[in-house]
Amino acid sequence: MTTRMKPKAVVLSAPGTNRQHDAAFALAQVGAEVTHVDIRDLPHDAAQVQSAQVILVAGGFSYADALGSARVFAMELEHRVGDLLATKAREGTPIIGICNGFQMLVRAGLLPGNNSGTATLAHNKQGTFECRWVDLAPSSQRCIWTRNVTSTISCPVAHGEGRFVCDDATLATLRDRDQIAFRYVHRDGSPADGQYPVSPNGSIDDIAGVCDDTGLVLGMMPHPENHVLERQGQSVGRSDASHSLLAIEIFRNGVDYASNS
Amino acid sequence: MERKDELAVLSFVMRARKTETLSLARICRKSHATLDATLTGRVQLLGFEGTSVRASEVLYVKGDLSINDVEVIAQKLIDEPFGNTVDVEFVHIETDANEDRHLSPGTNTGAPSSNYELEVVRRVGVTDRVATQATVSASQLGFTIEAITGMHYELIGGTSYSDEHIANLVNSVLCNSVIETWAPYRVRPMFTSDIDDSDVSAHVATSGVEVVEITAATDIELARINTERGLALDPGEIQVVAEWYRNLGRNPTDAELETIAQTWSDHCSHKTFRARITAHTADESRLYEVEPLLQQLRRSTEKINAPFVVSAFDGNAGIVQFADGVRLAIKAETHNHPSAIEPFGGANTGVGGVIRDVLAAPARPVALTDILCFGPRDLHHSELPEGVLHPAIIEEGVVDGVADYGNKIGVPTVAGAVLYDRGYVANPLVFCGCVGEVLEGVDGLSGPHVGDHIVVVGGATGRDGIRGATFSSMTMDATTGEVAGASVQIGDPIMERLVTDLLIEILDRPNPLCTALTDCGAGGLSSAVGEMGEHLGVRVDLTTVERKYRGLLPWEVWLSEAQERMVLAVAAHHVDEVLARARHIGVIANDIGTFTGDGQLVVLHGEVSVVDIPMEFLHNARPTREMNAVLPDPRREHTLLPEVNVAQALLQLLAHPTIASKEAIIRRYDHEILGATVVRPMSGPSQVGPSDGVVIVEPRRNSGFALGIGVNPQYGLYDPERMAYAVVDEAIRNVVVAGADPRQVALLDNFSWGDPRRETTLGDLVATVSGCCAAAQMFRAPFVSGKDSLNNEYTDSDGTRHSIPPTLVITALAHVPEADHVLTTQLKTPGNEILMIGTTRDELRGSHLHLVLGGDFGGEVPAPDVDAPKRYEILHEVIREGLVESAHDCSEGGVGVALAEMVLASEWGIEASLEGPNEVAALFAESNGRIILEVQPENVDAILDRFVTGIGRIGRISKNHSLTIATSSHVHSWSGSDLYDAWTSSDARSPV
Repeated sequence: MTTRMKPKAVVLSAPGTNRQHDAAFALAQVGAEVTHVDIRDLPHDAAQVQSAQVILVAGGFSYADALGSARVFAMELEHRVGDLLATKAREGTPIIGICNGFQMLVRAGLLPGNNSGTATLAHNKQGTFECRWVDLAPSSQRCIWTRNVTSTISCPVAHGEGRFVCDDATLATLRDRDQIAFRYVHRDGSPADGQYPVSPNGSIDDIAGVCDDTGLVLGMMPHPENHVLERQGQSVGRSDASHSLLAIEIFRNGVDYASNS
Repeated sequence: MERKDELAVLSFVMRARKTETLSLARICRKSHATLDATLTGRVQLLGFEGTSVRASEVLYVKGDLSINDVEVIAQKLIDEPFGNTVDVEFVHIETDANEDRHLSPGTNTGAPSSNYELEVVRRVGVTDRVATQATVSASQLGFTIEAITGMHYELIGGTSYSDEHIANLVNSVLCNSVIETWAPYRVRPMFTSDIDDSDVSAHVATSGVEVVEITAATDIELARINTERGLALDPGEIQVVAEWYRNLGRNPTDAELETIAQTWSDHCSHKTFRARITAHTADESRLYEVEPLLQQLRRSTEKINAPFVVSAFDGNAGIVQFADGVRLAIKAETHNHPSAIEPFGGANTGVGGVIRDVLAAPARPVALTDILCFGPRDLHHSELPEGVLHPAIIEEGVVDGVADYGNKIGVPTVAGAVLYDRGYVANPLVFCGCVGEVLEGVDGLSGPHVGDHIVVVGGATGRDGIRGATFSSMTMDATTGEVAGASVQIGDPIMERLVTDLLIEILDRPNPLCTALTDCGAGGLSSAVGEMGEHLGVRVDLTTVERKYRGLLPWEVWLSEAQERMVLAVAAHHVDEVLARARHIGVIANDIGTFTGDGQLVVLHGEVSVVDIPMEFLHNARPTREMNAVLPDPRREHTLLPEVNVAQALLQLLAHPTIASKEAIIRRYDHEILGATVVRPMSGPSQVGPSDGVVIVEPRRNSGFALGIGVNPQYGLYDPERMAYAVVDEAIRNVVVAGADPRQVALLDNFSWGDPRRETTLGDLVATVSGCCAAAQMFRAPFVSGKDSLNNEYTDSDGTRHSIPPTLVITALAHVPEADHVLTTQLKTPGNEILMIGTTRDELRGSHLHLVLGGDFGGEVPAPDVDAPKRYEILHEVIREGLVESAHDCSEGGVGVALAEMVLASEWGIEASLEGPNEVAALFAESNGRIILEVQPENVDAILDRFVTGIGRIGRISKNHSLTIATSSHVHSWSGSDLYDAWTSSDARSPV
């Protein structure tokens, strides 16, 4: 067996981010060497981000979401390091934003829509925070994080502002260019068709996650980092002997891509 | 949808002042439509039928800004890219003094709409996260602003009501006058810079310390001072204080008197639980002295002498160390009065407070619990006592408050209970609990030591929560009310998360940077510093404490209950490092004084002496309270069994709000964060089945802990001692069925009671404590911490006092040895057998059937099951051996409800047969010690052999999603969907 350097992953957080340790655990499970970088340490620690082979923007309530989800996070990032993340993506570094991290990447313009005001993550249809397990169909071959993941995965959602909305043109582009990374589905894999609670927030086209045009940048509302061990999903019947419903493959894809490139 | 009328105002102002500089601007955005629906529901609940509400969010900004500047701020900080649910509007209010067009409170400047419009804004000084963030972010855009948030409401169809009606409505639903102020149409917000505090500042500068004449006061005058200052001292106590100052030859300062009152309060010193109590039996035949209640609980724990107890009834939280060596800190608190006044803030800071108790252990918080007691959601407004918020409004606020804090700070809210009873209408109960993992590097902190510095970390200090609830009844004037977040504290979970990060950074290391720490809670610095320095003495300078705003008097700084603060003892050579780390993280840290070693509590404000009294007097001079109790004489007799339609009764029970689905609440809480939740509050593939205990196992480990809750105030009404047995048993059953080891269970006691000076109320408490201790002995499960909240009473307009039902909440924290051997309530496989452990007796008094049907059945509250401890141990063994597929505790609603809930948690059904002469008792009696098990047919004999007695086969799992129960006289059957419909029927908050 050849020994390789562990790919270096950076977990980016802000004051109020709270799932950075869950995310770090997931990345470590698939062999990454994880460094935490908080936005308060930027630009001082920008070199850490610059040298990262994988970047994960973790979930939570950055800056208490005081001016809307992740708005201040995105503003602070630009204020401190300009377009460092966009540059990293252009250079080929896989980036994943989960929950508040997804909202941040949209605000920062790394994912479709927010620069042009054509897509965003709005308040859940029911108007309230929702925590429950959901089933997700990975559906993009363009997205390096979901590529070759064929079976349904399961993990919890825990958010109040996760309803993906976009205009018709954007939706058509996302579909045409295979940028819809995840959709909420029934346990048997059939489409949720907007039906609550299978589709937990009223997202257009049951969209749970999207990627950018290059397939390197993924944003998703559900928390794959909370289903990397079988026992985490057992009490809600998300542990299936016949096939794995674990979400860990997402992280493995990102980290493997980094090691191989 | 856009508001044309507001736009008209907008365009008028914009035409006039496109480039001129304004000092005040208003940015307004239509709120999410669901808020309108919620508020409309609330308004109609109060009898305003036909009135609906449209809400908009408002941000007032003040600064040297042009319209263009305001547009940039609104676009960058407020505007959202997708406008289909959220609209942005700008309305500018002129405040140009030359044109004399000030808007003053109450001025309705030509509201253009026929609907009633009003606006609510935060009072200055109240925590306002959005406004604070807007100020910071605007500065990055190059603008210097002050900001304040508010809401604009339109009452559609509201003009038909009188001003008085409207005011009532606004104060009940839309505006909390403790933290907000309102006016018709537009309110003029007040900013920190608007406060004219020159008088106060001058006063503070000259002295700011008032001397209170008590040494020459008569008893009547002392009583008046006691009431006026809200000291809440007993008459004997204030006499002791007066006598002590007479001997000293001077009068106390205001701050000294407040410090003594805080330290001697029931809240801080538990004087009822430490009182000398003389108990009378109900027939007066016997009279004896009761061992002080706290001492009974402590002694019970000592007697059990469990090896896993590290620290019990000492410090902020109890600490245990189960077989895996992980030390866990646990604490539960109540925040009842604050939640009655301001439900969101009260519950929010209740969670924040109990997390700080665990942080002080010092531990990393890993799980939260909440037990909530409310009045009926459907209470008719005519039955609402004056000045009391509607139960449905309290519930919404409390649930939001719990969710907001837990979700944002990033600790899963995993276990709890929600109860509904008319007894809680005026006094809702909010119990918040927290479990933490004691930091590994810290093996007991050694301090504080003489010479250590006192460092306060967290947020800035304001008038928040000064004197607790007494403040809310005081007149609010320009220097207090307008500047106050008084009485109720508003939480800032993000700040507490930063404080947590700081504490972990300075403590979770080989050489911790602090020698002791405590939470800054009730009584503020006076309690925290006073308790920490009890054996050393301290010297503090209040000018070093960072304020939220100017004009605070020294005693206010000393007593402030501003949230998210901790007090640390730091060796002199570590102070700079602690301050630097705090600064880096974004937490305020002030070095406010030292531990002196002279035994004196010395508080200065610069040169001025604010407090100068011996710790010895403060902590030891309080006279022991002498109290009388009349013990209850519970009826324990034969049941007069009622005629009951069994088929209907089960559905009624499932529909009772206390038993019914809590899904709409549970979904609001993040119970997944940290990835350690193995058994969660709802189980089964469709996630709708109720769980018993929850199980938490840190992802890197294979063992963890379970949490279970026992509470049953109905029993408290009839038989307090048996209530204690029953709820201890229930809490333990809950953890055992989930896979915890019954030999490694620690307990918390939380008592919420009425006024203990009523002899029968105290008698109920005495009987309950006695039951708690006996039950703890029976299960060998020690109490490690607890808390009492007394005086939960309400006086109605006739002067009649109403107490809450005696409410004991027991939390069980237990060791789960193997993460792979945990169970849920979900039925696994058709064909498996259903077994029941324990014995059903005719115990229906205080049962939920009794509650649902009303009347008097006679009978008795369930008796202790002395065989339960042994059976739980056997059950644990067979669970570890993998012989049990699923298990469910049998409590509220008896076997009938327990079986129904197992059906609800799965896609299968149960066919059961219950023996016994009486089918009502067989289905609905709530006898202790009973557990339902699912077992594979081939394992049944093995299990029966292991138990020998006290276990029986009662049925099997069928493929039909239904429940069938055969009794000696009938066969009853319910479809799964009928059960589900009943179980979710009272869930008014069902999402979407």
